[in-house]
Amino acid sequence: MMRHPRLGMGLLACSALSQAQAAWDVNMRQGVTEVSRSVFDLHMTIFWICVVIGVLVFGAMFWSMFAHRRSRHPQPAHFHENTRVELLWTVVPLVILIAMAVPATRTLLHIYDPSDPDLDIQITGHQWKWHYKYLGEDVEFFSNLATDREAIGNRAPKGDHYLLEVDQPLVIPAGAKVRFLVGAADVIHSWWVPELAVKKDAIPGFINEAWTRAPEPGLYRGQCTELCGKDHGFMPIVVEVKAPADYAAWLAGKKAAAAESKAQAGKVWTLEELVAHGEQVYKTACAACHQPTGEGLPPVFPALKGSKIATGPKEGHIERVVNGKPGTAMAAFGKQLSEVDLAAVISYERNAFGNALGDMVTPQDILAFKQAAEAGQGMQPGQPQPQPQ
Amino acid sequence: MSAVIDHGHGDHPHGPAPGLMRWVLTTNHKDIGTLYLWFSFCAFLLGGSFAMVIRAELFQPGLQIVEPAFFNQMTTMHGLIMVFGAVMPAFVGLANWMIPLMIGAPDMALPRMNNFSFWLLPAAFGLLVSTLFMEGGGPNFGWTFYAPLSTTYAPQSVTFFIFAIHLMGISSIMGAINVIATVLNLRAPGMTLMKMPLFVWTWLITAFLLIAVMPVLAGVVTMMLMDIHFGTSFFSAAGGGDPVLFQHVFWFFGHPEVYIMILPAFGAVSAIIPTFSRKPLFGYTSMVYATGAIAFLSFIVWAHHMFVVGIPVAGELFFMYATMLIAVPTGVKVFNWVSTMWRGSLTFEAPMLFAVAFVILFTIGGFSGLMLAIAPADFQYHDTYFVVAHFHYVLVPGAIFGIFASAYYWLPKWTGHMYDERLAKLHFWLSFVGMNLAFFPMHFVGLAGMPRRIPDYNLMFADFNRVSSLGAFLFGATQLLFLYIVVKCIRGGEPAPAKPWDGAHGLEWSVPSPAPYHTFSTPPEVE
Repeated sequence: MMRHPRLGMGLLACSALSQAQAAWDVNMRQGVTEVSRSVFDLHMTIFWICVVIGVLVFGAMFWSMFAHRRSRHPQPAHFHENTRVELLWTVVPLVILIAMAVPATRTLLHIYDPSDPDLDIQITGHQWKWHYKYLGEDVEFFSNLATDREAIGNRAPKGDHYLLEVDQPLVIPAGAKVRFLVGAADVIHSWWVPELAVKKDAIPGFINEAWTRAPEPGLYRGQCTELCGKDHGFMPIVVEVKAPADYAAWLAGKKAAAAESKAQAGKVWTLEELVAHGEQVYKTACAACHQPTGEGLPPVFPALKGSKIATGPKEGHIERVVNGKPGTAMAAFGKQLSEVDLAAVISYERNAFGNALGDMVTPQDILAFKQAAEAGQGMQPGQPQPQPQ
Repeated sequence: MSAVIDHGHGDHPHGPAPGLMRWVLTTNHKDIGTLYLWFSFCAFLLGGSFAMVIRAELFQPGLQIVEPAFFNQMTTMHGLIMVFGAVMPAFVGLANWMIPLMIGAPDMALPRMNNFSFWLLPAAFGLLVSTLFMEGGGPNFGWTFYAPLSTTYAPQSVTFFIFAIHLMGISSIMGAINVIATVLNLRAPGMTLMKMPLFVWTWLITAFLLIAVMPVLAGVVTMMLMDIHFGTSFFSAAGGGDPVLFQHVFWFFGHPEVYIMILPAFGAVSAIIPTFSRKPLFGYTSMVYATGAIAFLSFIVWAHHMFVVGIPVAGELFFMYATMLIAVPTGVKVFNWVSTMWRGSLTFEAPMLFAVAFVILFTIGGFSGLMLAIAPADFQYHDTYFVVAHFHYVLVPGAIFGIFASAYYWLPKWTGHMYDERLAKLHFWLSFVGMNLAFFPMHFVGLAGMPRRIPDYNLMFADFNRVSSLGAFLFGATQLLFLYIVVKCIRGGEPAPAKPWDGAHGLEWSVPSPAPYHTFSTPPEVE
């Protein structure tokens, strides 16, 4: 028993060391999957080809700069063409390139084969968070940046995983072939996890396919890599690979939590409870644009403080949050948040930043609004859903 | 015929008009060349100052100096101003000054259009820069302005951006028409196409590229305009449009654009290396054909910028192979330059220093380009700082060093004075060190996983980012020294002879220094 803490300390020291080394890392990481390793091999092959050519070309240049400078070599030669040499240095690079194209093609064809997956996960990019949906499992959630805004503003210390940490990671089972169906709800994003060598653009109107098979449990971090607006740098990706049994337990837990959250909609809430919960929801879902102070960043992101909608009739406020405002960055949160979260955040907005209305919106109000909308129009307006390619 | 015209001119000599109106109304290729060069230098300083803001924010992790929204405006404006305001006008300026002198023409073929194409530029950039002061800010969607971030989700100033691009495009197309008309019609007797200096050749090919792709750029921004204001849905998935279409059209312009920014530099370096090697250019004919091959290939490789958008595997393979193929003609050029130096009699004045650094560092940029061409590897490199390192290696020691080399090479011809060689060498070494410090570490942070266009980053990227920022500040500050050297050279200095470089060849060295206001009113004889 005594050895375990020590082992833990040793691992901790090791990981601290590797963190420090990472700071001066100069090369791509090999990653953990078969694909990432073959990509790494391609990278190193083409790199060494470039090094060899570079040594030859620059060697000749530097030799010439040393030996043929005027002080040593006052009489220049006068040759200016040589068909055989010129032919040679056209054909030799061509042969090298063909040799390089063969393994590149093989790896590419392997990466482009997402057939026979064990699990399908739909990934949808939103400004500025990722949505994960386990197809056929009735489990879905948003994954938000978990780094404290105080740390970003340099008012609190930054941790090891600064800007690379999320509230809920994507969890996948080890050893399984997981297919990702990648799309976007607003602008183009790109889902990248370097250790898995998966990078795929998330494009509104398209569903792109990618896949991975992570052999070992572990925690892998990445970021959005397509400029997607103001907080492009603040929508990280964390993938947690769990052993199959742990994964099954996690999935069951997620399902139970979803059921419980549905049950909570029927609970009777007090204003204080709603506002307290709403503040949390506001921080993750709203503060990036409307700011923690509710003052927004006009004119693109309007203020909520004293706004017509946030201080007007409840119905208008619910409508805006649930349906969004098409053509602007204001997304339809009706499908992104639960009824409890919606009710809480609306109640919070009506009673924060000096908007002291004192009224509250309950989960039942939200349900009633949604049902009325469905009854009235047969379908609910909102964000366009990604269409299959 | 020309003798008759000369008689008429003998009576009243045509000097420049006095006063400021000389510059507004001028149709003289040398005046317009000077205007272009000064304009591009101002844009270079402005775009550079935006880069300084970017590097200052990235000096350490956390948000210190600017908000993310403004940071995005800085990266966007830096790219737009450097591409359209600094590099392209600088080459048009060099073309205006040098092409008539190199082919023995009295002026550009279309002088009034020449004036108009320059004066569109201040209007275009006035519009573009003014957006920074508008409500909602300027363009913040990257210089590649991918839809729908640049349409549905754009700040209102995007309309000004679109019209600015239109004006720049018109200006570029007119400049290109002028170059083609001049080169094809106004060559001195005996100056056959295969006797033209390589700078004229590369510019002729560049001009055809410009005419082919600037209308495509105009098309794509017009489609944006329609989407934003007239209810169309070219790029909006919700209306049945296709955001990927934007990228295809943009990069059909964008990839040839890359060569538009480098081919004239190839030409200038192909003049400078033989001069300071005191040896004729090796493989002139293959240089011309290689330039043509690069220009052709530039039209069929655009989707290598889009390897991760999900194009079909057959498309990936085609664009990967075609892109790798570009290495062949580019390699031919590099080998030719090295062979030109081989067994020459080399001296290293400032133009030669910049030209040699051009060959070495551009080749490094070419190597990373070859790596990026390998589609599966590109899945790891794409949109990281590795790409930023790559294109800065191609553009800074490529295009920019090519322009510096040209400026030092021809300054004696333009001003009639020798520049201060000691200061020019200092300018070179500071630029060389600053540029490598700034951009080489970007390869490392990119491979380690840092995406481009982010205002803040994890602590593991901190050390190299600090080095990059210090290098960038050094490079930026050094360019003020260049301004000083040029002003000093204009105001005085050792008088330059007609041919200040003993190894130089070409018609431009047959006229006095400074070049008279009108040259080659009588066409020279080319043997």
